[in-house]
Amino acid sequence: MIAYIIRRLLYAIPILIGINLLTFTLFFMVNSPDDMARVHLGVKRVTTEAIEAWKTDRGYDKPLLYNYKESGIKSFSNTIFFQHTVRLFVLDFGRADDGRDIGRDIRQRMWPSLAIAVPTFIVGILLNITFAMLLAFFRGTYVDVWGVVLSVAMMSISIMFYIILGQLIMSKLWHLLPISGYDSGLRALKFLILPVIIGVVSGIGAGSRLYRTFYLEEINKDYVRTARAKGLSSLQVLFKHVLRNAMVPILTGVVAIIPLLFMGSLVMESFFGIPGLGSYTIDAINQQDFAIVRAMVFLGSILYIFGLVLTDISYTLVDPRVRLE
Amino acid sequence: MLDFTFKILVTDALLYLLVTAIIIFIVYARKHEHLSAPWRQIKNKKLAMSALVILGFFVITGFLDSVHIRQEIKIDNTSKNQQQVAQYSNEVLSLLDLLLTKMRQQTEKTYSAPFAINSFTKEVADGEQGKPVLYYPRLKYGGAHLQAQDSRIYDIGKRLLWALFWTLSVLVFCILLIAKITDSKNNIENKHINIATRLKNIISGNTNTPWLTILLVMSIPVFFISSIAELGPYYHIMGTDQVGNDVLYKSIKSIRTGLLIGTLTTLIILPFAVVFGITAGYFRGWVDDLIQYIYTTLSSIPSVLLIVAAILSLQVYMTNNPESFATLIDRSDIRLLFLVMILGVTSWTGLCRLLRAETMKLRELDYIQAANSLGVRHRRIMSRHIFPNLMHIVLITVVLDFSGLVLAEAVLSYIGVGVDPTMDSWGNMINGARLEMAREPLVWWNLTAAFVFMFILVLAANIFSDAVRDAFDPRLRKA
Amino acid sequence: MVPFYKALIISVLTGMVSVVQAQWNNPYPVASAGKNIMYSFFRERPKTLDPARSYSSNEYVFVAQIYEPPFQYNYLKRPYELEPLTAVSVPRPVYLDKQNRQLPANADKEKIAYSVYRVRLKKGIQYQPHPAFAKNDDGTLYYDGINENTLDNIDDIAGFKKRGSRELIASDYIYQIKRLANPSLHSPIYGLMSQYIVGLKDFRTRLLNAKKITDKPDLEKFSLSGVKLIDRYTYEIKIKGKYPQFIFWMAMPFFAPMPPEADKFFSQPGMKEKNITLDWYAVGTGAYMLTVNDPNRKMVLARNPNYHEESYPAQGEKNDQQAGLLKDAGKLLPLIDRIEFSLEKESIPNWNKFMQGYYDLSGISAEAFDQAVQFSSGGDTEVTDDMKDRGIKLSTSVATSVYYFGFNMLDPVVGGTSERARKLRQAISIAIDFEEFISIFRNGRGLAAQGPIPPGIFGAADGQKGLNKYVYDWVNGKNKRKNILAAKKLLAEAGYPDGVDKKNGKKLLLHYDTSGTSPEEKSKLDWIRKQFRKLNIELVIRSTDYNRFQEKMRKGTAQMYMWGWNADYPDPENFLFLLYGPNKKVGLNGENASNYDNPAFNRLFEKMKDIENSPQRLSLINRMLEILRRDAPWSWGFFPKDFTLQHAWVKNKKSNLMANNTLKYLRLDPVLREIKREEWNQPVVWPILVFILLLIASIIPAVLVYRKHERQAAL
Repeated sequence: MIAYIIRRLLYAIPILIGINLLTFTLFFMVNSPDDMARVHLGVKRVTTEAIEAWKTDRGYDKPLLYNYKESGIKSFSNTIFFQHTVRLFVLDFGRADDGRDIGRDIRQRMWPSLAIAVPTFIVGILLNITFAMLLAFFRGTYVDVWGVVLSVAMMSISIMFYIILGQLIMSKLWHLLPISGYDSGLRALKFLILPVIIGVVSGIGAGSRLYRTFYLEEINKDYVRTARAKGLSSLQVLFKHVLRNAMVPILTGVVAIIPLLFMGSLVMESFFGIPGLGSYTIDAINQQDFAIVRAMVFLGSILYIFGLVLTDISYTLVDPRVRLE
Repeated sequence: MLDFTFKILVTDALLYLLVTAIIIFIVYARKHEHLSAPWRQIKNKKLAMSALVILGFFVITGFLDSVHIRQEIKIDNTSKNQQQVAQYSNEVLSLLDLLLTKMRQQTEKTYSAPFAINSFTKEVADGEQGKPVLYYPRLKYGGAHLQAQDSRIYDIGKRLLWALFWTLSVLVFCILLIAKITDSKNNIENKHINIATRLKNIISGNTNTPWLTILLVMSIPVFFISSIAELGPYYHIMGTDQVGNDVLYKSIKSIRTGLLIGTLTTLIILPFAVVFGITAGYFRGWVDDLIQYIYTTLSSIPSVLLIVAAILSLQVYMTNNPESFATLIDRSDIRLLFLVMILGVTSWTGLCRLLRAETMKLRELDYIQAANSLGVRHRRIMSRHIFPNLMHIVLITVVLDFSGLVLAEAVLSYIGVGVDPTMDSWGNMINGARLEMAREPLVWWNLTAAFVFMFILVLAANIFSDAVRDAFDPRLRKA
Repeated sequence: MVPFYKALIISVLTGMVSVVQAQWNNPYPVASAGKNIMYSFFRERPKTLDPARSYSSNEYVFVAQIYEPPFQYNYLKRPYELEPLTAVSVPRPVYLDKQNRQLPANADKEKIAYSVYRVRLKKGIQYQPHPAFAKNDDGTLYYDGINENTLDNIDDIAGFKKRGSRELIASDYIYQIKRLANPSLHSPIYGLMSQYIVGLKDFRTRLLNAKKITDKPDLEKFSLSGVKLIDRYTYEIKIKGKYPQFIFWMAMPFFAPMPPEADKFFSQPGMKEKNITLDWYAVGTGAYMLTVNDPNRKMVLARNPNYHEESYPAQGEKNDQQAGLLKDAGKLLPLIDRIEFSLEKESIPNWNKFMQGYYDLSGISAEAFDQAVQFSSGGDTEVTDDMKDRGIKLSTSVATSVYYFGFNMLDPVVGGTSERARKLRQAISIAIDFEEFISIFRNGRGLAAQGPIPPGIFGAADGQKGLNKYVYDWVNGKNKRKNILAAKKLLAEAGYPDGVDKKNGKKLLLHYDTSGTSPEEKSKLDWIRKQFRKLNIELVIRSTDYNRFQEKMRKGTAQMYMWGWNADYPDPENFLFLLYGPNKKVGLNGENASNYDNPAFNRLFEKMKDIENSPQRLSLINRMLEILRRDAPWSWGFFPKDFTLQHAWVKNKKSNLMANNTLKYLRLDPVLREIKREEWNQPVVWPILVFILLLIASIIPAVLVYRKHERQAAL
């Protein structure tokens, strides 16, 4: 098992290099270092000299991928790509182009992201499981039919509508919650309620419909009939046996997402003014801050790969027959 | 009558290609029992058929909007210019635009509410003695034919009655048509029944295919269309937006955008996913490693970043080659194509992974092993034996992805990397409406129109895709 | 089962009600209610608060409150007038000839080789308390020579417990001027200043040489010949030639004092890694100091306890007394204890929070306009009745900026000086109806421009005198845009009858370049196309990202575009230079984006720019305006009007577009604010109860079905 994990982590290295190369190419296909300098130096009264100086300061005056002026290993190492990539692998994200330390900003901004993502995730899963179970229990009745129709209807609504209407109703009309913002510590609570509610509600449709099919697959199996025959009530069967077995597909589907909770939700964070990592990424893209973009992509891919490994491990945990070779 | 010339946009061409592919698939499926049986199952489901009818109307609208022409322009021949070459307007119009000419051209100055005859915002005008007065000006087109204000409801009612009349006529015509067709076609049990009984069966819902439901569902869009025909030239049914464009017209125009994003993306995905998925699963070894490496790398990058980068690079390209993108519609069209392509690139990995896993199972089956040992070429095994057995997975993925893609467009527009801002799309409408929510009184019609159209399309697509999945998924079929 | 749920929910609800205060939607902590705190917002995090680098309005909101240049603009008086801030008086320049001999004040411009500005500072002004000034008993700096280990438990400036202060002296100002030339700071005005301040270029060269040896050369050790320290409180700046606008630059934060201790303090090892730098933490003598700086969320300005004596002005404009702006005359500034800025990116939450009383001031977005403002019977703007009931007041002013629709003069179709192109430009200028633009997109918040100089700046005239006769007619004492037929006639004369090129019989196709992609932008693009359609001209929108747009402008490949300019100082030179030939964008990288280069105009500009406001200057300006209007390198666009809404509890608010350090004049009535917030934010609780009841109601049938199901199963 440990050997397997180590090997998977070694596999990650070529993937991460590939990702870096791709991000780098994509970014510099669009932006030249000159453009970046201009964005950072502002619009008014910018001289060519200032642009050159800015580039030199941040090491953007070097060639992109291959340095013809140098020889040997240096022709690769004395380039923007190499200089800006190597340190990533020891998780040193360096400084943003506006001079702030990226690692610090990430460490600071991941908490608001988690504060939204984790409750949304947990409450969402619990609610989805409950609703799915209800639908499965009442399968074939009007509850099931209308429940499924409702789920489909709910998943046919764009997240934008949920947010716009949520803000309009809860904050503007009923004065129940602050419309946007964030605060530190426990005071953040009242800012989190609305985004979490919206996040959960917008996910219910798709979630409960998916989980319902997992239940239905289990509910027709022989052991359910046996358990019922033993005299257990339907609820007992549902909770004790069906739930446990249906948890396998649910959990394995969900585990891969957990590490990505760190990255935050792009749309939610922008709408609610929450200073998390999602809005950090979007701002960086808009401000063309390559250092931040690259750091976030790198972080995202590490978490993604981590999620894949977690999924594999969770397979072995729920099903002892699976062995990791 | 002016002459015109056809103008085929890239997305149009792709759409025609897609339609051709679907027709070929239908022909192919008819010949193959394992593909046509599930469809027959779907045909008998009420909900699925209702969804299909609605989808059909959307598709027809989208298709009408994808046949583009350029009209000839008249130039004064009084000038000595005797060139014989016909000149065509730079304005590219679709058939739909021509059908809705009135709605397209009747633009007001700014906001007006649905069916309004006065502007939504006040204006200042010189009143008596040069004193400025505030008033709600009459609209230039909305309700312009009305003499006095109190006859508006009566006028709308009258036109709606006409619309109802047309709807009923169409319905009656359809019933008769169906009764006729079901006779001549392979409905054996109906063969010797006279037309009156057949009509009775249809009306009482006593048929295999749920004709009654289909007709009832169909009457809704038919009524809607006839209402537009009756009311559209005289009122702004869903009001006007900030610059006075008819909101209903915009929503209808957005259908094409939504459909293209939903369908063309899958068209882009398919070749990648199928070829890579099958080769990886079939050959295993280093091919598998390489393909796995590619899709893990691609799916590890946050897709938003990939989309942003692609859209921005396209803009760079367009700036450097302005002559290839002379008109606005060319530019927005190429941007749509690019968006579709990049959405395809970010979403082919899921299907690829599924196909790879399924291929790995299939290649161990006896008959494939047998073909292998008989020396059948790999390409032939993959195309003749493996691919047909993966069709259901492909189909299910395609229909399931559709609604997700339509929804994604709205979010992308919000981030600023959606379709071209000059293109009509629900995402652009929602994004604009976001700001209108802060108005008082509320400008609700933009958001509502986008919501209703998008909701109906996605809902119909979801219901239909459910039915397709139920019919094609072997596990569910057993249950 | 049901009663249990019910009891639980009710108890939770009542618990919530008792814990949370009455304003459930209040984004601020309960403890700050009723305090003398002003609440404001910022759209994006400022890039830098370093006065040598900062050059945008969103940074000046903070920078100007903290750093004090020697002069400031009077808060109330119009036209804008400079007054001393830390200086004793606003100096008049002394002119010198080439041999450094003094010349009379009315000396000929050609004779003046140098101008000298001598600034005398007030004594006894103290810096804000700051760790950079903290001293040991022996007088050495307390935090000198710290390293990474000392910083272990320190995350921001508040972590440095020991603070000190120091008197403001003239050498601090000199230090800052030297910083403008520091190559590692990239000050945006270095380029401009190096043309004027004597020895600045040489100073930079020496600094660059020194940088090759040490990483951070000590600026104090290098002399700058054009800036002299006279005594502890006096310094002198010597500039080349005559440049009357220089005094305006000296009133900007670029010329604020920077204590060398602060620079040293922040450049110690380990600080940069913790984001503790001069870019984020300011050290000044201003009325406020930055106490919390979390640019991801919140920035807080608190009253500077060491602030020097400055009192609210006693004189203003005619109407100021009536408007209650002089009630606080003579009171010591600042009047508010604390100003909290929250990050607010979206305009809707922003507006809603203002309406709920959680922000004290607000601009008006186009969406909120109808709700907030109406036109009174006199044709003026006033707040709507709903706003009046809430006690909200409106203040308006024409901004010292211009948005213009420009033609690229290098373009073969619309550019050039030929009669054809000129007539085409004039025709387009008539067709683009900026009055309509202002009414649709800015709700009337703007003034269609007759030339590049906005009202309130010397040289701008209203009425018939300031009329652009190429676009407007004077009808019944009002200006009226010419009829579209006039434009069509011009177009025909230009060789494009009805939008068709006579030469080749093809339709005229023009291009508009933009970087806009937002939905608001889409409507604007639609509108612009509509304007060209009036002339039967097909307009193609070429939209790209901002970088590409700028590149097009620099290369001169754009055809038509829209751009804006925000004045640095209230002088016509700052607007007319936008069309000065040697200031071209293409090749010369200037601000003349249209690349307009008319020798006659250039000559007049050179004459006009260096003389004081006088009838002679006015006549020069009028001649220049006539040339511009005829050539029409811009379709003049509009001057935006700033509308600001303020709640009843905000006092002393007057728009001042030149001064940025205005927060110190404002006063609040926190008690009134608390009452109003309470009144406006009563939570509506019944929907929650209805929701709970619905939930219960839907559970009951489910339970019934379940019972039935169990009984059947039992059978």
